[in-house]
Amino acid sequence: MMRNCGNKLMAWVDERLPVTQFVREHLTRYYAPKNFNVLYFFGSLALLVLVNQILTGVFLAMNYKPDAATAFDSVEYIMRDVNWGWLLRYLHSTGASAFFIVIYLHMFRALFYGSYKNPRELLWLFGMVLFVLLMAEAFMGYLLPWGQMSYWGAQVIISLFSAVPVIGDDLATWIRGDFVVADATLNRFFSLHVVAVPLLIVGIVVLHVMALHHVGSNNPDGIDIKKKKDEKGIPLDGIPFHPYYTVKDLYGVAVFLLIFFWAIFYAPEMGGMFLEPPNFEPANAMKTPDHIAPVWYFTPFYSILRAVPSKSWGVVAMGGSLVVLFILPWLDRSSVRSVRYRGAYYRNALWVFVLCFIGLGYLGMRPATPVATLMARVLALGYFCFFVLMPLYTRLDRDRTPPERLTEAVIPLEQREGRGWDFVRWAIDRGQASPLYTRIMGHYNVLLEQVRAYYFKAKKP
Amino acid sequence: MRILSYPVLLCLLVLASPLAFASATDRPLDSHDADVFDKASLRRGAETYVTYCQSCHGLKLMRYSRMARDLGMGDAVLQGMLRGVAKPSDSMLSAMTASDGEHWFGVAPPDLSLVARARGADWIYSYLRGFYMDDSRPNGVNNFYYPDVAMPHVMSGLQGNLRPVMHKVNGVDVIDHLERATQGHVKEAEFDTIVTDLVNFLVYVGEPSQLERLKLGKWVMLIMILLVILFRRLKDEYWKDVH
Amino acid sequence: MSGPFLSENESMNQEGVDTDKRRFLTQTASAVGVLGVGVAAIPFVGSMSPSERAEAAGAPVEIDISKLEPGQLMRVMWRGKPVWIMRRTPESLTRLQDTVSLLQDPDSVESEQPEKARNDHRSLRPEIFVAMGLCTHLGCAPSYRPEVAPADLGAAWKGGFFCPCHGSRFDLAGRVHKGVPAPRNLDVPPYRFLSETHILIGAEEEEA
Repeated sequence: MMRNCGNKLMAWVDERLPVTQFVREHLTRYYAPKNFNVLYFFGSLALLVLVNQILTGVFLAMNYKPDAATAFDSVEYIMRDVNWGWLLRYLHSTGASAFFIVIYLHMFRALFYGSYKNPRELLWLFGMVLFVLLMAEAFMGYLLPWGQMSYWGAQVIISLFSAVPVIGDDLATWIRGDFVVADATLNRFFSLHVVAVPLLIVGIVVLHVMALHHVGSNNPDGIDIKKKKDEKGIPLDGIPFHPYYTVKDLYGVAVFLLIFFWAIFYAPEMGGMFLEPPNFEPANAMKTPDHIAPVWYFTPFYSILRAVPSKSWGVVAMGGSLVVLFILPWLDRSSVRSVRYRGAYYRNALWVFVLCFIGLGYLGMRPATPVATLMARVLALGYFCFFVLMPLYTRLDRDRTPPERLTEAVIPLEQREGRGWDFVRWAIDRGQASPLYTRIMGHYNVLLEQVRAYYFKAKKP
Repeated sequence: MRILSYPVLLCLLVLASPLAFASATDRPLDSHDADVFDKASLRRGAETYVTYCQSCHGLKLMRYSRMARDLGMGDAVLQGMLRGVAKPSDSMLSAMTASDGEHWFGVAPPDLSLVARARGADWIYSYLRGFYMDDSRPNGVNNFYYPDVAMPHVMSGLQGNLRPVMHKVNGVDVIDHLERATQGHVKEAEFDTIVTDLVNFLVYVGEPSQLERLKLGKWVMLIMILLVILFRRLKDEYWKDVH
Repeated sequence: MSGPFLSENESMNQEGVDTDKRRFLTQTASAVGVLGVGVAAIPFVGSMSPSERAEAAGAPVEIDISKLEPGQLMRVMWRGKPVWIMRRTPESLTRLQDTVSLLQDPDSVESEQPEKARNDHRSLRPEIFVAMGLCTHLGCAPSYRPEVAPADLGAAWKGGFFCPCHGSRFDLAGRVHKGVPAPRNLDVPPYRFLSETHILIGAEEEEA
């Protein structure tokens, strides 16, 4: 009877809003490649973190005061006097850093498997817009605690806008609403951070997923699964998103939350990277901290800015580092998507890019000594060369032919080729032959046996 | 070989970058093992604070009642701290106003509610034990970890006075370390314990919720591990269909 | 497996798949998931309860009544609301009995007061009356009218409180008259005597 009532209710709704059709089109009859690996978790994780930021943000805004005189104390009020306030705060601050970790890995997947290439260029553009919006959101959010780093970081970055020719100074003043970062700045950043930018982000996430579903997901082999369909029109290498990827993403969420909650309960400051020590002092316009460094997720771009000796050209370089990412689909001249089948030039260039990005990030956290600046310049050059030289080396690259059908999600170690992988295999063999390993495995097996014995003993009546 | 070389070179470049930052002026800090679960230590630290520090430095973000509850402080001790003028739910303010402080010391003594998070426990521990005699300063003291500090050597009665031992670095006289000049009322080891307790207390004041956070943490981890195992089993079961 | 959105030939179920195990795992995972969401809701919902600062601001207040004259009413604030403390004259105390027939709830069955104030004079001690200074209709502040039979209130008025907003009437023990919009007697907050001259509003006698 209940099922009949349920069906009738669904029929009533479906006549007025195509819910069942939507669920079929996007979940139960939406076919995704069957060989997604760990790099494919980060899209759903990004959505999870977005929901976390919005939910915790709503509750934090119930107690936060966006006024320069009371903002800092209101954050400590949340940490001390509001029931569970400390947990809401840490969920939000750790969530911000988690968002960038997830997004950088999500973007890396695109570079690795060619998910930005035809026909997914618009998907990539929406993603890049989301990335810029996320950076703006994080930047404005960081001003809200009104600590020393909040204030001085905002001061430095907004003054970059004065580098724009002719209108620069007026532009910076207009952004601030005052001649220096002040209460007016704080109030408007609060409005933008809580209302405007989240609405934009949610809207463009919808467009992002719509664009994805229209062409279908890419996969680790970079081939088009829609080319081989069965007699019903279902891709041979496709599986319905629900239940297979809903259940797999649920597992991914659990693993992510395990790490996320470990950070929140045991290392919310993360050694000063997530919550920076100078920010536990209220903003003081008269006293500049010794090192003004942006939060870790901005440091690669900050590094590029600092590497250029001129203020305006530094801003241009920093902007350029984002522009090259936008035009990436049109720089890549290869017809092969996945790094598995691409030539050596792209594979090595990608290594260079990743190492430069990480290196620039590290340098951005430290003071700009002469040696450090030199290294930043070298790494920034490497970063730009990945993009600027790409039309050349991708055309010259000797790509392999991708297979017709999908292969494994993760290529097993035995099948991997190259000197690096030879070394990994040798190291694993040596490790497994060592007495320490034998001893550890011995203890582990004993423990396993004890657990099994207890489990089976408990099961028997 | 050629193909492997420049990623390797880049790795080396990135890994070598810390060398660019070696600084000659970093003074090594003494380490302090914070233990916020040692409630007796926190209570002793609280009393030290009220006796030696509160006349100048407030803890405006800490309520007496919260501290008494978290530290298991007896009612008599709490009433002693309230001195008949404060209510238990009041914040632990200092009697010194900012303008007076600025007038007398040149800078108002800062509120210390968050000093443990802003400067770190090791720094505070080293700082409080790092005052030495210096005639060039108005207070007659200076601090090894905070050059030209305006704060007097409040606990000199307990610690005694220290004097700097100099050595030459690149032809310039620089302090190498501090040595004892006069005896204090307590031995060095006991003074170190007093300061340890005080720093423990300040670490607690910086984040009172850490007591609850660390207690809940293990339960959250256990539940999450359970969820990971359960959801993995569920995923594996469904994915048996997929070949 | 099947569900409202999946038809039979769409399921990937093959021969030899353990549907019972699948159902058990799905049900267990769903149950644990729902429990997890419930637990996760606790901090969010809990954060909306009064914070420690609100509790501190709402703490009991100590009032000095040594200067309170007979017939005089003083107003103090507790938890942001007005509280009346009145010293009744002996005549007004006797007059309390005269108006019982006019009252909706003379025995204070429906009204809010501490157990010890559930009596004819609705207070711990007869000569001191403590009540929330808000009309139980819609929250206006009634005016204090201790005089007998004034022109605007009529001859039957024996002293009490009159709410100008909608005309509700209460006697000098805060008991509401019949035929007025207010539904119940004036609320009496928890309070206790610290001494002859000091009252603590907001906390009752501690248990022995």
